[in-house]
Amino acid sequence: MSIENLERRKFDTLVIGAGGGGLRAALQLAEADTHVAVVSKVFPTRSHTVAAQGGMNAALANVLPDNWHWHMYDTIKGSDYLGDQDAIEYMCRSAAHLVYELEHQGVPFSRMDSGKIYQRPFGGQSQNFGGEQAARTCAAADRTGHAILHTLYQQNIRAKTHFFDEYFAIDLIKDKDGFILGALVLEIETGEPLLIEAKTTLLATGGAGQLFRTNTNAHINTGDGLAMSLRAGIPLQDMEFFQFHPTGIAGKGMLITEGARGEGGYLVNKDGERFMERYAPHAKDLASRDVVSRAIAIEVREGRGCGPNADHVMLKLDHLGRDVLYKRLPGICDLCKTFMHIDPAEESIPVFPTAHYTMGGIPTNRYGQVVVPVDQGEESIPGLYAVGECACVSVHGANRLGGNSLLDIVVFGRAAGNDIKKYLKENRHHRQIDEESVEQALVHLKRWDESDGNGSETVHGLRAELQKAMEDYCSVFRTEEILQQGLEKVLDLEKRMKNVRITDHSKVFNTARIEAMELENLVDLAVATVKSALERKESRGAHSRMDYPDRDDVSWLKHSLYYKEGHRMDYKPVTLKPISVDTFPPKPRVY
Amino acid sequence: MRFKIYRYNPETDKKPYMQDFVLDNISDDMMLRDALLLIKAEDETFTFRHSCGEGVCGSDAVNINGTNGLACKSRLSELKEPIEVRPVPSMPVIRDLVVDMEQFYHHYRAIKPYLTVKDPVPEVEFLQTPQQREKLDGLYECILCGCCTTACPSFWWNPDKFRGPAALLQSYRFLADSRDQATSERLQELDGPYRMFRCHSIMNCVNVCPKGLNPTEAIHSIKKLMVKDLV
Repeated sequence: MSIENLERRKFDTLVIGAGGGGLRAALQLAEADTHVAVVSKVFPTRSHTVAAQGGMNAALANVLPDNWHWHMYDTIKGSDYLGDQDAIEYMCRSAAHLVYELEHQGVPFSRMDSGKIYQRPFGGQSQNFGGEQAARTCAAADRTGHAILHTLYQQNIRAKTHFFDEYFAIDLIKDKDGFILGALVLEIETGEPLLIEAKTTLLATGGAGQLFRTNTNAHINTGDGLAMSLRAGIPLQDMEFFQFHPTGIAGKGMLITEGARGEGGYLVNKDGERFMERYAPHAKDLASRDVVSRAIAIEVREGRGCGPNADHVMLKLDHLGRDVLYKRLPGICDLCKTFMHIDPAEESIPVFPTAHYTMGGIPTNRYGQVVVPVDQGEESIPGLYAVGECACVSVHGANRLGGNSLLDIVVFGRAAGNDIKKYLKENRHHRQIDEESVEQALVHLKRWDESDGNGSETVHGLRAELQKAMEDYCSVFRTEEILQQGLEKVLDLEKRMKNVRITDHSKVFNTARIEAMELENLVDLAVATVKSALERKESRGAHSRMDYPDRDDVSWLKHSLYYKEGHRMDYKPVTLKPISVDTFPPKPRVY
Repeated sequence: MRFKIYRYNPETDKKPYMQDFVLDNISDDMMLRDALLLIKAEDETFTFRHSCGEGVCGSDAVNINGTNGLACKSRLSELKEPIEVRPVPSMPVIRDLVVDMEQFYHHYRAIKPYLTVKDPVPEVEFLQTPQQREKLDGLYECILCGCCTTACPSFWWNPDKFRGPAALLQSYRFLADSRDQATSERLQELDGPYRMFRCHSIMNCVNVCPKGLNPTEAIHSIKKLMVKDLV
């Protein structure tokens, strides 16, 4: 495929990714008669939003007293004060409106006898700034993500959004003035590249859970948008903060929602002890995820794990009764039966902290604009937006609260849609496409046509090594020594990437080629993660350094920025000033 | 463990064929998707769709020993050897186990699968009692995998006209929703000899649904609503 006969299409906006963030933004734009295209490497309802279980936070106060200001406090405390307080205020204030809007669009939320939306308690939630447990998570049984994703796709069908299903995004197209002009994508079915020119491009490609061997994520979660940004010279923010969910099924990784503990489930060690009482006397099993994950890891390390290898703890649900379990957590019951032959109404579930969520990502402001440091301040990259797990606004800081990710995607999907509308009013015409940038993206694609015999590495082999390395060197507990070894390992993998060859050079539905490009993305993100983790010499949220066990607000109350070029680090301040209320100043974090 | 896998690459194969694979080290808790991934690691030209691995994304519907199901939810130890894996029936094959699902999606879009509200919406949520909400259980959980529709003989005969069990289940999901205000339009759309009435209650759909849903019952409920709408 040469650049001359490359097929080209033009849209006002290109949305890459059809999870909740991309679809919410696309809906906002399609309803405003914007010419919007959504590119997704899988059919939209296969996006990983579909797997979110527990729910979406909003201070509706349907069950217990609540208001957005308390939600804001909990989110900032949950973030270990690394979250940007302006973005967090914006998210928490918008939350109720967005839940009502989703309900009007058709999301089948569970109901209370009053007919209002059912809300369950989740980790890190409190009333009155650290008081009693709150119940803030709006739920559709334990299938909330499925319900929201399907509804948003359905609304996009109504709004006649233009979909490119099963197209893989290769690289952003950028001109000399720094404008993003769309992306080169690949139609998976035909193997033909397509240039989508767009005045604005929104990245909504999700997280990179496939960095780790055992994870709760889907096969598709390879951080493609994050790696595309790195290649376009954009730094990634706070990549050292990777969330390990306390309750993945041990050894397998399937997620057991925090809602299981919200409904009254709790964790026990081999002595049958409810150990979270020791680690978080007040919140117990509903402390923040980083706190619970560390507690489980410590229990196992100190020999109080369960099973023949003493390598997990048990999640006890049977005391809740069959009726409550099958009504509130039907998906979990099904999952346990299918994959474990366990009925949670009778037996406890073996669980262990499992790689779950990428807190870091493409740096954005609360309008969804991608921002980079310039001199003393920062500047947005014209034409480029990012939302959802691939973005770092940052509302999650060093640790995301359960129930805040479904909220994040719809709040900032909508916000980005609105800002894109403004941008399009001020930038009515397509800019001249930069052919050199297109050529570069085509070269990237063509690299996988190479078939010389020197290729000593396979995609499958290198990916397995990468995932193992991340698990061994960049897990729940970290030290200088382990991270240093980890960095050497991933840099070696980065070098060996050039020796990888694929044997399949066919065009039609060539998944070997897609997986090769996904691996390239993962390798870049592994280096970003380990490098950022090595440099941050403190413990904060999900980043737990045994050699620096305390949070250090004097030196480290700042966001990391990692650049691909030269593996360079930079830093920028945390926004401590909210929009309209007083700052929540950092204080010791106790649950 | 022995496998017979359907192979077809339109660029190199004149016609499809079945290829034998033997895998060692199959443990008791492995699913068919795990085996397909092992085969993919051996032969990267082998092509199939899959993603979440836990039965919620609906990507990996295939035909297993003659019955449709999700590879990720099918336990190997419960399958008879050699395990024969083919693409789901009646759909155009793109490559190996990957089929063209466009017709399936077309029928889904055609039933207008979105909540339609004509009155102004309230400032807060619509009220819906737990009993009203319960009517959506067994309907909203559909993952659009296509196991049911591609197992339906009525769909095999009239794939262009019969909406198929998945789309009809979705139609009833909105008919059953106390918030929806497009009942008569929805019923009208399904009237006529083909769109719904090709269903002859063969119930293949019920047997294969990996989520345990019952499209046949939903279709019956739509028929009852039609009668009620008439009188």
